[in-house]
Amino acid sequence: MGIRERLSGNEAVAYAMKQINPGVMGAFPITPSTEIPQYFSTYVDNGEVDTEFIAVESEHSAMSTCIGAQAAGCRAISATSSCGLCYMTEMLYVAASDRLPITLAVSCRALSGPININNDHSDAMGVRDAGWLMLFAETNQEAYDNYLQAMRIAEAVSLPIMICQDGFITSHAIENIELVETEKVKAFVGEYKPAHYLLKKGESMAVGAYATPAYYMEAKRQQAQAMMDAREVVYKVGKEFEAMTGRGYGMIESYQMDDAEEAIVIIGSSAGTAKEAIKRLRAQGRKVGLVKVRVFRPFPVLEIAEALKNVKAFAVMDKTDSFNGHCGPMFAEVSASLYAQGVTAPKGIGYIYGLGGRDVRVESIEKVFAQLEQISKTGEVGETYRYLDVRG
Amino acid sequence: MSSDTLKENVMREERLSGGHRMCAGCGSPIAIRTVLRQLEPGDHAVVTGATSCMEVSTFMYPYTAWKDSFIHNAFANAAATCSGVETAYKALKKSGKLDDTYKFITFGGDGGTYDIGFQSLSGAMERGHDMVYVCYDNEAYMNTGIQRSSSTPHFADTTTTPAGKVIPGKLQKKKDLTKIMVAHNVPYVAQTTFIGNFKDISEKAHKAIYTPGAAFLNIMAPCPRGWRYPTEKLMEVTKAAVETCVWPLYEVIEGKYTLNYMPKNKLPVAEYLKMQGRFAHMFKPGNEWMIEQVQQEVDKNWEYLLKSCGL
Amino acid sequence: MSWKASEMTPDVKWQDITPGCNIFEGSTSAVVETGDWRTTKPVLALDKCKQCLLCVPVCPDMSIPVDQDGKRGDFNYFYCKGCGICAAVCPFGAITMVKDEK
Repeated sequence: MGIRERLSGNEAVAYAMKQINPGVMGAFPITPSTEIPQYFSTYVDNGEVDTEFIAVESEHSAMSTCIGAQAAGCRAISATSSCGLCYMTEMLYVAASDRLPITLAVSCRALSGPININNDHSDAMGVRDAGWLMLFAETNQEAYDNYLQAMRIAEAVSLPIMICQDGFITSHAIENIELVETEKVKAFVGEYKPAHYLLKKGESMAVGAYATPAYYMEAKRQQAQAMMDAREVVYKVGKEFEAMTGRGYGMIESYQMDDAEEAIVIIGSSAGTAKEAIKRLRAQGRKVGLVKVRVFRPFPVLEIAEALKNVKAFAVMDKTDSFNGHCGPMFAEVSASLYAQGVTAPKGIGYIYGLGGRDVRVESIEKVFAQLEQISKTGEVGETYRYLDVRG
Repeated sequence: MSSDTLKENVMREERLSGGHRMCAGCGSPIAIRTVLRQLEPGDHAVVTGATSCMEVSTFMYPYTAWKDSFIHNAFANAAATCSGVETAYKALKKSGKLDDTYKFITFGGDGGTYDIGFQSLSGAMERGHDMVYVCYDNEAYMNTGIQRSSSTPHFADTTTTPAGKVIPGKLQKKKDLTKIMVAHNVPYVAQTTFIGNFKDISEKAHKAIYTPGAAFLNIMAPCPRGWRYPTEKLMEVTKAAVETCVWPLYEVIEGKYTLNYMPKNKLPVAEYLKMQGRFAHMFKPGNEWMIEQVQQEVDKNWEYLLKSCGL
Repeated sequence: MSWKASEMTPDVKWQDITPGCNIFEGSTSAVVETGDWRTTKPVLALDKCKQCLLCVPVCPDMSIPVDQDGKRGDFNYFYCKGCGICAAVCPFGAITMVKDEK
């Protein structure tokens, strides 16, 4: 059995880092992820980990040190939020194309401007095409569990991984949590044994080539394959994790979807709120359900299509806007998934919700389901690009 | 080593390979091979390169000109990348997974050092990683086609400070990065270039590599294309830079300044400027004031340096 | 997978290209000829050369080999780009730049 504790999401992630005891952490403070390097540097300074901590002067340098350290042959980690993640963006692409399985904890927060420190997903979604694996947590427990699985997934496909949770909502809220014993964590995560690294004895390595058009596209195609290959690894690692803890994980979580006629697709902590709304509506006899996207990269194309193929109507909830004049990023991904899989019957709409910490209540989600019910009944979709709980 | 003769120096192991694609007569590979030659036999290096002419020319896939391990990351972050590598080395050493000796050397042009990479450099120096940052200073963004940098000298004609009818080249003076690095209180900072038997640059490179902690080396490395002089004149140009005191040779060990070369007859700056097309407009009738102004600036900097050196 | 740089030709398939375009050897550029950039070439008059070696460190292309006795040999024209710095620094006029007839 695990160890029962009460921890905030940030502390849970920092604790997972401590149990894994990686080689190098390079980090720079930014609300709301600041606590992670704070907790971790306390472990470092008290000799509870062997990790070398680099207190860098910016997030750009944080990711740069991680790239250097991981290429040199160590597990490298960082944590950030919001503008910090934006500032890393250039390096995120390099980390992925260099095929370095760096682990980055993200406590998601709105982007400026206007400046706002509260939660939404505009930071993580802004870098969704950087080539990183991306896992999202609904709860503190999931943030912790995802972190423990992160390196196994990332290292199997040689891609970096982001472990995202919702800023303040889970990062700062203290919840009951079940921790895994450190020896079990170490055995589960294992040693980092890259095939090639800068400091490998007897071998020189060159990283960061200039690739001409003769090579660039082949390199990208290979990188794309690694992302596709990750899906199978996510399931494999999730099953092993379940065997160890009893908590199983896949690409998505389907909640009350077996007979659902209306469904919402959502990411992160608001899934908990949505589940509460579904409980209430189910009590009233409504056939409603939820698809929670745990793994956003690679995108769960098959799982989404399978889950939604029999619903009459669905709403995709985006905690960010793409400012493309018609939908948020996940709506686009879900729609593309359904179309590619030949699922065309369900009617879909997109909601932009919860921006900059706008409260997401059970009633908010109930409103969405009320709209879906209308669409189911009338077959009229109406506006597909909607904002939830905005005054006007 | 400091006692090396030129013969001993050139018999040391070359760690930059031919087949790189830097232009004919480029100063940067001369700086790089000289610095790397100062590594002691048996010691390894991990070299970090900022995005630059040097980087795209020395690692065009699949051809690396680096004998040792090399990492290029981006333009602005060579020092931070090197600090990550150096820290990983410490971590691997601590865990007993590594027994070889490695040295960590970063090369960046003036764009990647004085400008876009300045913050990353400052951070790495302040944190005191055991590394050497080498700036090969060719006084403009050469890789993108000779645009001005904060290292470009006063009045120089570049593609973003063209000598025009109203504005006569770059209006600002060159940033004194070496002194800024001294202000970081790192144990070793030096300024050098290619002179005679390469004793000055070689000794400084050896000291920079083998001084524990962060070290900074600023090497004037002319770009014949950007400076507009015939390629074969490289050593005349660097000599003139030193003899006119435009680029004095000095080092600062634990905060103490030492002048490494005192010109017997300090030459007028015009002797240096006239060799290069980027300053040609300063020699047109009516522009004498520009040369006079540069002379005053150089004199002022030189006097300040002499004072810093206790001379 | 051997992932030898020599196998990373412009025909390499995406399945076979080295991950991240990383290279797992040093000095793979040694096979790249840059001598064909040359328009003029340095010619050494051995009888005039005093083996002072001033020409060696100034070469941007490592094209002046030095043997185990510390003596320079003839130019490595495979790399030499013909910049002429060596000829300019030679105090004895032992190096002349001539038009390169290929």
